[in-house]
Amino acid sequence: MSKKSPSPKKADDAGYNARTAHINAKLGHDELIALYRDMVRIRRFEERCLRSYQAGKIGGFLHLYIGQESVAIGCVSVMGDDDHIITAYRDHGHGLAVGMGMNEMMAEMYGKYTGCSKGKGGSMHFFDPSRNFWGGHGIVGGQVPLGTGLAYALKYQGRKGACLTFMGDGAVNQGAVHESYNLAALMSLPVVFIVENNGYSMGTSQERSSAGPSLAQRAEGYGMNWDIIENGYDVLEVRDKVDRALKLARDKHLPSVLEIRTYRYRGHSVADPDTTYRHKDEIETYKATKDPLMFCQTALLAEKVLTDEIIAKIDESARAEAENSAQFAEASPFPTVDDLQKDVYWEADNPADRKSQGTLFFN
Amino acid sequence: MPVITYREALRHAMAEELDRDPNVVIMGEEVAQFNGAYKITEGLLAKYGPKRIVDTPISEAGFIGMGLGASMLGMRPVMELMFFSFYSVAFDQIFNNAANVRYMSGGLINCPIVLRGPANGGTNVGATHSHTPESIAAYHPGIKVVVPSTPADAKGLLKSAIRDNDPVMFLENTLLYGESGEVPDGDVLIPLGLAKVMREGTDISIIGHGRAIQMALKSADLLKEKHNINAEVIDLRSIRPLDEETILASVRKTNRVLYVEESKPFCSVGAMVACLIQEKAFDYLDAPVMRVNSVDSPAIYSMPVEKLQLPTVERIYQSALNVLK
Repeated sequence: MSKKSPSPKKADDAGYNARTAHINAKLGHDELIALYRDMVRIRRFEERCLRSYQAGKIGGFLHLYIGQESVAIGCVSVMGDDDHIITAYRDHGHGLAVGMGMNEMMAEMYGKYTGCSKGKGGSMHFFDPSRNFWGGHGIVGGQVPLGTGLAYALKYQGRKGACLTFMGDGAVNQGAVHESYNLAALMSLPVVFIVENNGYSMGTSQERSSAGPSLAQRAEGYGMNWDIIENGYDVLEVRDKVDRALKLARDKHLPSVLEIRTYRYRGHSVADPDTTYRHKDEIETYKATKDPLMFCQTALLAEKVLTDEIIAKIDESARAEAENSAQFAEASPFPTVDDLQKDVYWEADNPADRKSQGTLFFN
Repeated sequence: MPVITYREALRHAMAEELDRDPNVVIMGEEVAQFNGAYKITEGLLAKYGPKRIVDTPISEAGFIGMGLGASMLGMRPVMELMFFSFYSVAFDQIFNNAANVRYMSGGLINCPIVLRGPANGGTNVGATHSHTPESIAAYHPGIKVVVPSTPADAKGLLKSAIRDNDPVMFLENTLLYGESGEVPDGDVLIPLGLAKVMREGTDISIIGHGRAIQMALKSADLLKEKHNINAEVIDLRSIRPLDEETILASVRKTNRVLYVEESKPFCSVGAMVACLIQEKAFDYLDAPVMRVNSVDSPAIYSMPVEKLQLPTVERIYQSALNVLK
């Protein structure tokens, strides 16, 4: 992977062991297996998405999360009942992590009416407010003020919760992100900004796009807490550090910036060539040494939590679930032209409660 | 009926909605401690405290996006833009997020947010501070656009906008803030999408929105005085939703139309209204629909020329005579 500046060491890094951290020490076998299973589900689902994309069933962009599964699963697994989450366009992993179904997600990518957004959003725009998931946003960094606002509302309404606001390393140079950092620190908002640093903003490496010693350290300029999760492939390390930041947000209204070092195996989107800015060796080396699924599997095999039989079963089940979702999507109807002007205005969708008059749509 | 200023009418609307709904907050630059750059929010901090009346840094993309995120969780933020011109700094938050989030979520989310502030030229502050973005705003499905021209409309429409479950851009005018008018006391709402016949007439329909309506009324006086022409003057008040019925009824009556507005002519609201009229009332027209807009250049600083760049009573009067030729 691309050469990164050395990250400043924090005092608690010495002798750190994620497995024995408080949040992880108490995990039972079922919970550990669930973490592994949920990562496998993301990978198998996305591999199936890729096949559908190559078959022309999925259009537009397909930003795959493969290689980064430990981040979404680790983060979401430590969310409480009134914690909320918002992310950018590489959102399939987060959707599955919060509990959205493969069917509604695959159907959305197929542009079908049974999709989570009725075929109106596509791959980049998954939402499920019933699971505290607020998207799925297409413009780099554009969701970060929204996440800050979700945190604002939680605090204003006296709720004990925080908002995990995700962005990629390519977002950190957008003005809206810095404005959000400032507002969060200034107003003491319960938000955890998570920078999923996969090393490349599209095809531009971190060292060619972002100044400074690390992305997270920029938080210092705003007097905010920050940390780097060096081993982002380790779902347990992600859990521990995110849990600590969430507690600071929920209990003390202290925002944080967490940079999670991770890696994506595919191009920025599937349509993009992946050979101009990195070597195949780099990808293969990462896969061989730091793959989040393999890392977890190896650890859980050593602990005798996983067995070859369970691994095979999980894999088979995830493949079948993904395959079924593709069949569900294929069999589902497209939205119709009549659906174009639904879900635009709340008032138009709720005519019995409409207070305004006059024409809303002009054809 | 009490006579108050447009500024006071806006303040009363916000105060009444703050009293009514604990999810309403007022946010923006200088709205609290400074009492408002144009004193619209004067006294609100003292009455409602810093939880409800919130100063923000100069950070439009950040705080408008933040208000929008808060609205997704059920808050009703009323965001003040010190000059509406600064909306361009938050363009992505307004037109990618506020306008589209409901759609892209398949109707799972709605954003009950109001963006309000002065959107006008004529104050000698140059091009960057003199934008009139009503047509740009109304271009976007998902956004509602309101332009009040009287104190009563300012209050009644702002109250409706705050209760609206869709994002509303509420475009005021600094030159109207000090104007007085009769405003009903208490909880009187004016629905969005309802135009108002300001003056009845039979010979020509002068339709428009914003401060240009005040000039149109003076032009109508001149037309009556000098030529015994009875001009009907219609204030749209709301651009989207749009009261097509009132427009078309007037066209069917007078058969001649002049549209007046302070924004630039290209792709303006007047252009849209002219298009609707020729589609839906072509046979009733005795003359082409004409328009009076600001002269098509960036807003000039120089004071005497700036006054001439904007629509004037004289220009509206002459244009009406041309339509009647």
